Amino acid sequence: MTMSGRPSASEPAAALSVDNVSMIFARGDKPVHALDRVSLNVRDREFIAIVGPSGCGKSTLLKLVTGLRAPSTGRLFVYGRQVTKPRGDVGIVFQNPVLLPWRTIIENVVLPIDVLGLDGVLGRERARDLLDLVGLEGFENAYPNELSGGMQQRAAIARALVYDAPLLLMDEPFGALDAMTREQMNLELQRIWSANAKTVVFITHSIPEAVFLADRIVVMSARPGRVLEILDNPIPRLRSLDNMLEPEFGRRVREIRHLLGGHVATGEGHGGRADW
Amino acid sequence: MAGVLTGDTESRPTAVELARRNPAALWNRYGLPLAVFVMLMALWEGLIRYLEVPGYLVPPPSAIVRALWSGLTSGLYLTHSAVTATEALMGFLIGSLLGLFIGMLVVVFPTAERIVYPYVVALQTVPKVAIAPLMVVWFGFGLTSKVLVVALVSLFPVLVNVIAGLRAIDQDRLDLLGALSASRWQVFRYLRFPNALPFIFAGLNTAIVFAVIGAIVGEFVGANRGLGFLILQANYQLDIAGAFSLFVVLSIMGVTLHAGLRWLQRRCVFWMASDDPLGGGH
Repeated sequence: MTMSGRPSASEPAAALSVDNVSMIFARGDKPVHALDRVSLNVRDREFIAIVGPSGCGKSTLLKLVTGLRAPSTGRLFVYGRQVTKPRGDVGIVFQNPVLLPWRTIIENVVLPIDVLGLDGVLGRERARDLLDLVGLEGFENAYPNELSGGMQQRAAIARALVYDAPLLLMDEPFGALDAMTREQMNLELQRIWSANAKTVVFITHSIPEAVFLADRIVVMSARPGRVLEILDNPIPRLRSLDNMLEPEFGRRVREIRHLLGGHVATGEGHGGRADW
Repeated sequence: MAGVLTGDTESRPTAVELARRNPAALWNRYGLPLAVFVMLMALWEGLIRYLEVPGYLVPPPSAIVRALWSGLTSGLYLTHSAVTATEALMGFLIGSLLGLFIGMLVVVFPTAERIVYPYVVALQTVPKVAIAPLMVVWFGFGLTSKVLVVALVSLFPVLVNVIAGLRAIDQDRLDLLGALSASRWQVFRYLRFPNALPFIFAGLNTAIVFAVIGAIVGEFVGANRGLGFLILQANYQLDIAGAFSLFVVLSIMGVTLHAGLRWLQRRCVFWMASDDPLGGGH
């Protein structure tokens, strides 16, 4: 039941290509410059994290990728096709789970199947597999309000994966969780990502989270949002929470922190965990 | 919308469970209010007898109970209650369905709002009691005039709440469906309508109270049947105990209708804890 726009192997198109995109809002009569000439290429099956201060336009960038908003200037391509309107070929996980309280967990997970008019029987099967994958087996028929915040967010991840979109956008998905649940979810996400071969664009303002999860890290400036630097992150997979205590990890965290202004001091080897 | 109507609500413990687990709580919930009620009635009865207040001014509870008993056993109250209940329910159904329909129209087609809404507001500013005599002139002393008064009274609270509910949508939820390129109809079906249900029920709860009032007002203005008609008759005959016994019947009817609606609400809006200002409970 794939409906993906992922091209055949012969086509070397980037999973996501952001080409010189700027975004200006009108707030009242004052224009707000949210994004300034952002360019970015994400390879197929790559895990990209975008970090930056609040209001750097990270979330705006995601809205542009989904096609929910149009950029003021510049173009975006998802697997070689220019984004002009929402097409249902990207999965989204928001900061809040955004589950519909009147639907059971499995009904929430298959919502995209219903909306996109895909095969319902296959969709339910896949939803059940995904609920197992995210650790929610046995909760198919529970209602969202019966689940903890972390469990709800797992369901939201299953929902984003259910229609097999090749590109997964995550907008601070674990920002509302407590620190311990968050670490757990980071581990889980790494596992889910390696099991599903998705391209992930992951927005966060936790630098350690970005270093833990991503292949490459895009560092953005405060408004107007600009790409300051794109850093490779070659810490080998699969990563464990112990990796975060290594000097290598701390060095990367510190490097990014310096890029962002460098005024937050952090102890050697702690990887800036206070930020969590 | 089958998915909305299924599912069980988490209910408060029943009286039996409560008695087993916590007798003191049972006393607080049922015993205490009952005791206070009995004491109030005794006080009322005693004051009337002690002060020798004449029965045509304020009747003692015993006289009200007697009037209630004779009205119920003769079948008189039941016949007339049925008339009033029919008027209230039919008017309520028509009014709230109309409110629901206009509300959806206004939200889905913004042009409809500019065309329809001014009339609705204009209608709302006219007190419905003032329209009731006109309805009797147009539609006679029978059922129709009352049903129409009730429908008019019930329409507005439903309409206002439908519009509010259909519009009160979290931007993230809209984005979720938007990113899936959902059609306007899909957004309505999967999001707007279920999202509006708690609001709709808030409107219906107001409307059902208004409906009984509307039916009584309609009967006051011109009728030969119904509880409102009986109340007027009792008043003309200075049968104040009879009038009071009719108030009791009327409030039982109101409470029953309200409870029925709460029951429906718990089934339709099962995902929300019920908060009933009128103490719907169990």
